[in-house]
Amino acid sequence: MIKDLLYYLIFPGFIFMAVTGGLLAGLDRKLTAWLQFRKGPPLIQPFYDFLKLLLVKETILPARGSIVTFLAAPVFAITGAALSGIMILLPAFNYTSGFSGDIIVIFYLLAIPSFTYILGALAAGNPLASVGASREMKLIISYELTFLLTLAAVIMKAGMTIRINDIIQAQVIQGPFIGSISGILLFIVLIFCIQAKLGLVPFDMAEAETEINHGAFIEYSGSAYAMIKLAKYMMIFILPAFACIILLGGMRVDGIHILWTILKILGIILLITLIRNTNPRVRIDQAMRFFFIWMNLLVIIAIVLILFGL
Amino acid sequence: MGLKDYCFKKSLWLFHFGGASCNNCDIEILDCLTPRFDLERFGMQLVGSIRHADVLLVNGSINRRDKARLIELYHQAPKPVLVVAIGACGCTGGIFAEGNTFAGPVDKIIPVDVYIPGCPPKPEAIIAGIVKLLNKK
Repeated sequence: MIKDLLYYLIFPGFIFMAVTGGLLAGLDRKLTAWLQFRKGPPLIQPFYDFLKLLLVKETILPARGSIVTFLAAPVFAITGAALSGIMILLPAFNYTSGFSGDIIVIFYLLAIPSFTYILGALAAGNPLASVGASREMKLIISYELTFLLTLAAVIMKAGMTIRINDIIQAQVIQGPFIGSISGILLFIVLIFCIQAKLGLVPFDMAEAETEINHGAFIEYSGSAYAMIKLAKYMMIFILPAFACIILLGGMRVDGIHILWTILKILGIILLITLIRNTNPRVRIDQAMRFFFIWMNLLVIIAIVLILFGL
Repeated sequence: MGLKDYCFKKSLWLFHFGGASCNNCDIEILDCLTPRFDLERFGMQLVGSIRHADVLLVNGSINRRDKARLIELYHQAPKPVLVVAIGACGCTGGIFAEGNTFAGPVDKIIPVDVYIPGCPPKPEAIIAGIVKLLNKK
């Protein structure tokens, strides 16, 4: 019982995810600075931001709007992120073997933070927040289908198993899925889905800070905004870890394999940051067309290739 | 210096309010965030919403229409918030001080923590002002 609690709260759980996510978010800012020939903030800058928002700043509540929903949304965002992270990391680090169907549960839990951002934005009673919420909704509609199709393709590749542990075992036996043509296509699609889920630049229209002033988060301040930041930091670690598990052959933490695990995560972060810094923000209709037509087409090609065994 | 003060100093988020400005100070403020001067080294970044701001940068002469907006903006910011008046117009009124529509320099309207004079102030002067702001608190 105590051991389970430690799993959930300390090591692969909440604290570990928050600290790693904070460091990865700092790395993201540092890489952005290097790409723009700047020096950039220190690597632990996200922790300063988080502690400042949590400890120092005042939290302002909206005068017109639902205060309970406004304050509950960030808590639910953290809960969703932490639950999905634990369900991903426990089988990945070989602590438990999970249960049959946990990949479906993870799919739904990963969608919770985006939904809570919408709820919080609509509870704020701000017109720009409503614009942000509507864009976030359209973005969810466009990328969730692609994300689900990608998972379906991975499940087909792993021999029709809906259990994370079996997917990892299948990759141990037949090599990582990315080593085939269909695997490469799926990886490209998954990277764009991660980009949209994290709300990074080609798909950051829901919080476009130069256009609608942080959109969905415009009314958040103080500790409520700190919690949203924490959920975002956790997601920036969880989604690359998920991509590692379903396509890059799992994350082992014994011996020299720990180095490969770290390199895989850092590689995905590097890729995400490069895409973020070399692309402009697209309009919401362009994003929908991109996912509905082009990304879905890529996944369907990948599924057909898997049927032919490639 | 406690943890709270340290974290606050290490992560100042800036919100830029331009009054009836001639845009020279705005350009110099943006210059501070470019690769040459790079204020993000110290954790400072420009934010779009006043709800996230720690520092309110005010430049340009404040005329009668801006006055109400500046007061409202100051009350909308989550406390503690620091106010920096940039440029001759923000500090004293400059050449607009005798004007008909002028509504007083910034410190007559909201409390100001640091003044950065100059028309426009160089980015080095703005960075020196920010350093004074950090040492003051």
